[in-house]
Amino acid sequence: MNAGVITDSMNRDFVLAVEGLTVSFDGFKAVNDLSFYVDENEIRVIIGPNGAGKTTVLDLICGRTRATTGSIRFKERELTKMKEHEIVRAGVGRKFQNPSIYEDLTVFENLEISYPKGRTVVGALTFRRDGPVKERVQEIAETIFLADQLDQRAEYLSHGQKQWLEIGMLLIQDPELLMLDEPVAGMSVSERKKTAELLNTIIKNRSVIVIEHDMKFVEDIAHKVTVLHQGKILSEGSMAKVQADPKVIEVYLGH
Amino acid sequence: MTIPAPKSGRTFFLRPQDLIGIIVLAILLLVVLPLALDNFRLQFVGKYLTYAFVALGLVLCWGYAGILSLGQGVFFGLGGYCMAMYLKLEASSVENTKIQSTPGIPDFMDWNQITSLPWFWEPFRSFGFTTLAVVVVPALFALILGYALFKRRVGGVYFAIITQALAAIMTILIVGQQGYTGGINGITDLRSLHGWDIRTDSAKTILYFVCVGLLLGCILLAYYVKSSKLGRILVAMRDKEDRVRFSGYDVSSFKIFVFCLAASLSAIGGAMFTLQVGFMSPSFVGIVPSIEMVIYTAVGGRLSILGAIYGTLLVNWAKTSFSESFPELWLFGLGGLFIAVVLIFPNGLAGLWQSYVAPRLGPLFGGAAKRRAAPPSASPPASGPVAPAAAE
Repeated sequence: MNAGVITDSMNRDFVLAVEGLTVSFDGFKAVNDLSFYVDENEIRVIIGPNGAGKTTVLDLICGRTRATTGSIRFKERELTKMKEHEIVRAGVGRKFQNPSIYEDLTVFENLEISYPKGRTVVGALTFRRDGPVKERVQEIAETIFLADQLDQRAEYLSHGQKQWLEIGMLLIQDPELLMLDEPVAGMSVSERKKTAELLNTIIKNRSVIVIEHDMKFVEDIAHKVTVLHQGKILSEGSMAKVQADPKVIEVYLGH
Repeated sequence: MTIPAPKSGRTFFLRPQDLIGIIVLAILLLVVLPLALDNFRLQFVGKYLTYAFVALGLVLCWGYAGILSLGQGVFFGLGGYCMAMYLKLEASSVENTKIQSTPGIPDFMDWNQITSLPWFWEPFRSFGFTTLAVVVVPALFALILGYALFKRRVGGVYFAIITQALAAIMTILIVGQQGYTGGINGITDLRSLHGWDIRTDSAKTILYFVCVGLLLGCILLAYYVKSSKLGRILVAMRDKEDRVRFSGYDVSSFKIFVFCLAASLSAIGGAMFTLQVGFMSPSFVGIVPSIEMVIYTAVGGRLSILGAIYGTLLVNWAKTSFSESFPELWLFGLGGLFIAVVLIFPNGLAGLWQSYVAPRLGPLFGGAAKRRAAPPSASPPASGPVAPAAAE
């Protein structure tokens, strides 16, 4: 992986370098001159009050929203110029806030579609459900606690299971950068605990950006926390440092 | 309609119940109807079946991929006109047209003071080219349209409106360019295919069987597409387009593919229509026939390949019978039928079959039918036929 990382003046390795990123919607700057860097194998949590621009940042990285100015470099490739599916193929996976799965398909089929083979029209027509595919689907299904639900239509899963399924769909792509938007929102306490476990197993050998409101959860997983406020970085650093920052306390934690 | 559950041992693309369904349809079309109906009625069925090609395309495009096209008549017409151009040229030999001021060109051109064959008619002297053109020309047209619209993420209702406008434009174009297209009358007085007179009863019977054969072939093709991973991607796209896009797929290329496939299928139907009925005119291109074709699909069940075929046959049979007795009432009947489908049985006849008939037939088909027998889990989300398009 070392071949593909970006190095700054201090010679540190970054997987993702966001610099001077701005997006304005009719003059409103949802993200304003934002810069941050994510290290290899780092878990970065982005927190901030509602409307701070957290989800917009993920949208910008994965190409759903186009940046007005600024650059996003992922392993020396400029993402702002790439199409969504090219960004995914480059190794960026993204989980949406609401579980985004294919309700009409089974758990197996949901995972199979996410398997990174046969992604072109011809590839999909000639795709064979062979041994390696089945094994990989089985392996992922076990990781996300859904091994006994493979033939179940996804619409009959519980909310928590749907979230896991979507995480599994990302996992099967084996992305180098994984972006999770509120992975434990709406989960029960036990599901939340299981999800934290799940995240701890899947974050190995990849960089992760997580948006989360649950402070307990953030404390458990974060290497580094970035606090966004009105599209700008308010504070950045370890959880302890951020929690002690008076600016943060004022706009966010103090509420 | 159930989405096939992953049967670990399944390598063949047809499930047992699909195979039974296709065999039943084949027996009905190849044995029962030819024996039960006189030649005149059988020719009607042959004509209806040409619309079934369109319905088949709509199942893939609208039912599976959620792309509602209200302009499939355009592709039906393109296929039909390609075939008609070939047949017309053959019928317009110098000998047959010696009374014209310019012999050797189609009669309607002569009437419109055109003195030489237009360049785009020239290649249609070749039967090989014509057969190819029937499939390729509509697909190319769909490719250009699909590229322009799907790459720009035009979808849902907007796409439907544009295709409908296209159907209107196409009709106006054909009617307006009388000298090149035969205008409002279309291309008529077609006689022979490669020297074989297509107007005789025996030729019409043979063409009927050719039509059924092609339809069965296209049905198999549709089942293959449906059962491939591409079929599941179409369903996934209909449901969560963004998730598919962010799983590394270029969504627009899949939409373009299925739209082109539906166009080619419609065009094969159009070509068979021309051969069996003996003419092609703009009245099969416009908005009304395009929407009627959508209704056939909706009545049969937009998620069921075989359902759409039965839907087409039944609606057309009803249309012929009713309009023989009550010509003014038919359009109201058709409208009422469409409303009933949307409100009462959103998955058409196929949906009714799966909820009420198939469970009772369960013991006959063993395990295969049992999986369909659980209506709540087997029925797709309760939405009207237009919902997938509107929901985008």
